Amino acid sequence: MQGRGSNFDEMFDEAGNTRPAYAEYCKWYGEQPPEFLRRKNREADDAFRRTGITFNVYGEDAAEERLIPFDMVPRIITAAEWRKLSRGIEQRVRALNSFLYDLYHRQEIVRAGRLPERLLRGNDAWLANMVGFTPPGGIYTHIVGIDLVRTGPDEFFVLEDNARTPSGVSYMLENRETMMGMFPDLFSRVAVESVSNYPRRLARSLAACVPPAFTGGKPTVAVLTPGIFNSAYFEHAFLADQMGAELVEGSDLRVTDGRVQMRTTSGYKPIDVLYRRVDDEFLDPLTFNPDSVLGVPGIMDVYRSGGITIANAPGTGISDDKAIYSFMPEIVEFYTGERPLLPNVQTWRCADKDSLAYVLDNLADLVVKEVHGSGGYGMLIGPTSSRREIAAFREKLMAKPENYIAQPTLSLSTCPIYTAKGLAPRHLDLRPFVLVSPEGIDITPGGLTRVALKKGSLVVNSSQGGGTKDTWVLKD
Amino acid sequence: MLGRTANSLFWMFRYLERAENTARLLEAALRMALTRDLVTAEAEWRSVIATLGLQHAYEAAHEAYDGASVWNFVLRGPANPGNVRNMFGAVRSNARAARINISSDVWEAVNENWMKLDAMLARPVGQTSVGDVLGAIRRAGTQVHGAFDGSMLRDEGYHFSRAGTFIERADSTARILDMKYFLLLPSLSYVGSSLDTGQWEQVLRSVAGARVYSWLNAGQIEARGIVEFLVLDDRFPRSLAFCRNALRDNLAALARMHREEGRAVALMRDADTRISHLTVDQIFEAGLHEFLVDFLARNAAIAQAIAGDYRFHA
Repeated sequence: MQGRGSNFDEMFDEAGNTRPAYAEYCKWYGEQPPEFLRRKNREADDAFRRTGITFNVYGEDAAEERLIPFDMVPRIITAAEWRKLSRGIEQRVRALNSFLYDLYHRQEIVRAGRLPERLLRGNDAWLANMVGFTPPGGIYTHIVGIDLVRTGPDEFFVLEDNARTPSGVSYMLENRETMMGMFPDLFSRVAVESVSNYPRRLARSLAACVPPAFTGGKPTVAVLTPGIFNSAYFEHAFLADQMGAELVEGSDLRVTDGRVQMRTTSGYKPIDVLYRRVDDEFLDPLTFNPDSVLGVPGIMDVYRSGGITIANAPGTGISDDKAIYSFMPEIVEFYTGERPLLPNVQTWRCADKDSLAYVLDNLADLVVKEVHGSGGYGMLIGPTSSRREIAAFREKLMAKPENYIAQPTLSLSTCPIYTAKGLAPRHLDLRPFVLVSPEGIDITPGGLTRVALKKGSLVVNSSQGGGTKDTWVLKD
Repeated sequence: MLGRTANSLFWMFRYLERAENTARLLEAALRMALTRDLVTAEAEWRSVIATLGLQHAYEAAHEAYDGASVWNFVLRGPANPGNVRNMFGAVRSNARAARINISSDVWEAVNENWMKLDAMLARPVGQTSVGDVLGAIRRAGTQVHGAFDGSMLRDEGYHFSRAGTFIERADSTARILDMKYFLLLPSLSYVGSSLDTGQWEQVLRSVAGARVYSWLNAGQIEARGIVEFLVLDDRFPRSLAFCRNALRDNLAALARMHREEGRAVALMRDADTRISHLTVDQIFEAGLHEFLVDFLARNAAIAQAIAGDYRFHA
């Protein structure tokens, strides 16, 4: 069992010794007969398949569902590391909400010359009809996923903020369930912070954000899904189920008497809080995309008149923009008056002439991303691309430089995965999940660890063949 | 509960029941065909297709009625969109749509069986494996019902699921009876005559009633007794009377939960007053076919009324 390469390895130090966080786990691992581990590894796959924890793959057979491969070696974070991360995440999420409020109100940050106005104008994620409107409780992003990567013992970077509709939390929960089911003895030996109350915390957090029209009693919370063909349908159903909320589709809803109501077997019932997993542009055909059947005609009017809370608030996606991301250090300072606790990855904005020149000169060493892209699509990873791919990307970049940002290829940390030949290091990242309500910011200890399964690969997205691991935050 | 979810549960169980009944029909035909010469076997397979109302589609795709063609057509034929493989796909997608209203036990039973059957039916089914496939389909139904019985809250979702089961089961039993009756009786004057007991046995096997019928009737296989058993014996879980009683209970429970009786209850009551005191003699006097056609129409009307009463559709 040895970590290799020049990257920071989560489990082993440079000398090949087990890091303290993994000491007990590695001891346990060493005691397991190889055949037992092989068998468990097969069982894990079957368990996920049986419970139907799949995601749909777009662009292929509509019915195709795939498993996200699960790796049974956990990623372990010490209590001290987690405290530091939590403080940084909380600061960032606070800044994000203040930033969104400001963007849709006085735009002080633009007036102060700290953020160029051009980033807002013409940006698809910017919603003009949110201007001047304050969502219930003043909260824009209720559920946030912050993507972190690590490059050294004390070096965590934020790779991306997912304030719009972060997904993956069901994998965090199912990975833990699977681990506890397979290795119950392990959890009696290592004290791991629980994640299982996330759905209850989510339900409570959402219920704390009732709209002005709420009349008392128990708020009605519903999850809005595009339907069973959506790639994250399993997660939508899972969360609704665990929260005890209804899982609704656009066709179940209509606007009457100034409320958004769902069609139940005994008539229409108003919804107070809607956790929507449908993008802004499909939310209301009367306001946005008129061809969409996923949303609810008139929901934006109800929203603006205080008849419903929408989580996350429409227009939130503007903060996920990768050009805005490059301003996050300024944004955090502007709204919190503090230095950011979690640094950004160095980012070149190709809209700037000097940056573009640098990026074009160094394409082979950089990662170039589309400003509005997500899920690992439409990006160039210089070091692993062919000369032809780089040349083709250069054309696109020069045609529309403002569409791109570039970052250095970080030496992402690795953590071993289980393979037929034993442990082997692979690159990974981490997405902790954050809940925001008027009662405060609540960060679940752990998150979703995504891991590249191909040796040397830096791409961890599930849509690009990455896998996941259970994420442990140790108790003190 | 959402109207759409109630609809999903109702249809999930209709498709599950339909798949199981189709498997039973094929099993019975298979058994009969094995004990007959080729010509009569062809009649057996033709009757399966006729009972399922698939003559048109089948004859467009196949020249002759032989076993392997028929069971492959029914189980997985691409020219037959209502094949069993697709039925199971529909069971699963309805279960997926109603995921938050069924227990994990039910979901896993559906999902596991779907994975198994979908793989089994991905390739043509041969003579040596057809028995295994049909057995697997029947067991899938049993497992889902078992998980359902043992883990579901007795809320409205339970009753919508059950209503789907009994609507479909009554429909199936009535169709089998009607089809076979026509096939077996060239004219009414044959009633009570010594009929081909083997064919009547196939009817009983198609509804899983052969053994219990023999036990109740000391082995006396005759049309009158079988019709009485399959229509009026409310102890037998696939008889029309049993399905009616069960459906009546489910509708009553739904009406209690909603504090309102819908149109379905009224239609049910109407249908009940018509048949609850019937004797088998009266049925034959007025015509079994006429009776069954009326039953099927009323059954379908009740299903439609349930969808309307509980807002299955927007």
